[in-house]
Amino acid sequence: MSGQLAIEAESLVREFKKGPRAVDGIDLAVDPGEIYGFLGPNGAGKSTTVLMLATLLPPTSGIARVGGFDVVKHGPEVRKTIGAALQEAALDPLLTGREHLRLQASLQALPRNERNTRAAELLERVGLVDAADRRVRGYSGGMKRRLDLALALVHRPRILFLDEPTTGLDIQSRTALWEEVRRLAKDEGVTVFLTTQYLEEADVLADRVGIIDHGRIVAEGTPNALKAEIGRPTVEVVPADPAEGDRATAILARFGEPVASVRGIAVRLHTGQADLAEIVRALDGEHLAIAQLQLHQASLDDVFLAKTGRSLEGADDDGEEQPLGGLAMEPA
Amino acid sequence: MLTTADQAYLLARRSVVRTMRQPANIIAPIVFPLMLLAVNSAGLRAETRIPGFPTNSIVAFILAVPFIQGALFATMNTGTDFARDIQTGFLSRLSLTPMRGVVLLIGQLGGTITLGLLQAIVYVAVGLAIGVRFASGPLGVLVLLAFFILVVLAFGALGLYAALRTGSGEAVQGLFPAFFVFLFISSMAIPRNLMTHGWFRDVATVNPVSYLIEGVRSLIVIGWDGEALALGFGIAAAVAAIAIALAASSLSGRLARS
Repeated sequence: MSGQLAIEAESLVREFKKGPRAVDGIDLAVDPGEIYGFLGPNGAGKSTTVLMLATLLPPTSGIARVGGFDVVKHGPEVRKTIGAALQEAALDPLLTGREHLRLQASLQALPRNERNTRAAELLERVGLVDAADRRVRGYSGGMKRRLDLALALVHRPRILFLDEPTTGLDIQSRTALWEEVRRLAKDEGVTVFLTTQYLEEADVLADRVGIIDHGRIVAEGTPNALKAEIGRPTVEVVPADPAEGDRATAILARFGEPVASVRGIAVRLHTGQADLAEIVRALDGEHLAIAQLQLHQASLDDVFLAKTGRSLEGADDDGEEQPLGGLAMEPA
Repeated sequence: MLTTADQAYLLARRSVVRTMRQPANIIAPIVFPLMLLAVNSAGLRAETRIPGFPTNSIVAFILAVPFIQGALFATMNTGTDFARDIQTGFLSRLSLTPMRGVVLLIGQLGGTITLGLLQAIVYVAVGLAIGVRFASGPLGVLVLLAFFILVVLAFGALGLYAALRTGSGEAVQGLFPAFFVFLFISSMAIPRNLMTHGWFRDVATVNPVSYLIEGVRSLIVIGWDGEALALGFGIAAAVAAIAIALAASSLSGRLARS
């Protein structure tokens, strides 16, 4: 394994008593400054992997190094190098946000004169200045997540583990957290290892994605490369009159080869998204009324489907099915 | 790098702050034992006429009980707070800092002892206010406070052990009635030598809580009773040592960090 990597693992395994292998021989190689998205359904082994890499759970077998340190032999050195926001925001409901940050700064042995400054700086950065002196039990889910992130950053770690950081957050909080993660990687060169079950999150945030299922990495690469592996986009048309199905099939056949569709007629486009305008013109020219027309980009869910034979659980609502131009087309 | 003492201070201070922000956790350990003192003193007044009863003041006799009952409350609160840290993941957050594992126990117990001292001072003050004269004098009061701290340490460590074993605040609270049974089958209400021979006296004799109560009671009503103090301090120290060892062992399993 190379000493240049921020995170590396080789045949990493974690078994639990009377259970299957939660992590079943995974290999990882994450570069410094990279945002690595670890995507998978609930129970796939994401959190177990993070706990092992963060030294909180010993591996059953295999090797892992974080920041160049072996997670088993050099736990204290690894912990100095990393920050982590685990799956549940690990906060004390009776302390204020500022008290959390001061305690963390003290336990991380920041110089005494720097603790308050660092707490204030992080409160500002995560947008919690106004709530800084309120007890955490009154915080919203998004505020707790942001404080959790701030706590993970107190000692300026080079490597950051975020375990499902946006689960349960509203879109505004999610977007704000994404921006901060991007900034950390871009401006401060922090390596981010982020687990998620949201396709969109992995797609827009991660430089590279590893897809994990049943403890094994089933696919890895940049989001675009993974999607390109699966193929071109498809277009699906639902005629307003079901009896017009044959006519719609004939029109669409000019633009691509037929693929299975539950709701209507679908084709995988010959030449990509550029055909869409032509399809609309052709349908209109033939006076075919349609109830719905959708462009379906190859998504990470399609990648997951192709690699595992099933859809990514719990991610259906966050799929990448795009209505035409971002809009659902009403009947002509 | 922080010293162990610095780290323990930080966690003890947090423990105190947490408790101060839960008024029920301060009021209950102070008020309930004093209520029991009032009820028992009123109901058991006639006991003082039994030949051989060690004092003619039932309040002085019963005053030992709030100290042990208060320590039992400390057990529950310490255990519940620690279990909550496990449940919320705060323990994992602390585990990711350079803090030594044993500091977690020391810090939590430090906070418990600080609040225990407050309880003890209130019990002593109430005792003095209602006319109890400590037979061992002012030095005896200091020894009593030291003894109470040792008992709180022992019971608090039991609470930590229960929290570490179960990881559940509810489970720790569920143990409280079981701990309370030990109090009621002790020499809490009557000296062992005045109990009729039978199962209750046998149980009270093997119950370590009897010796903790008798240690406190000796300082209040007898004066300097070397045997009672030696048994009380010895048993409290033994329970503390065993409970801390068990808690430390469970903590290493719970943390499991490399």
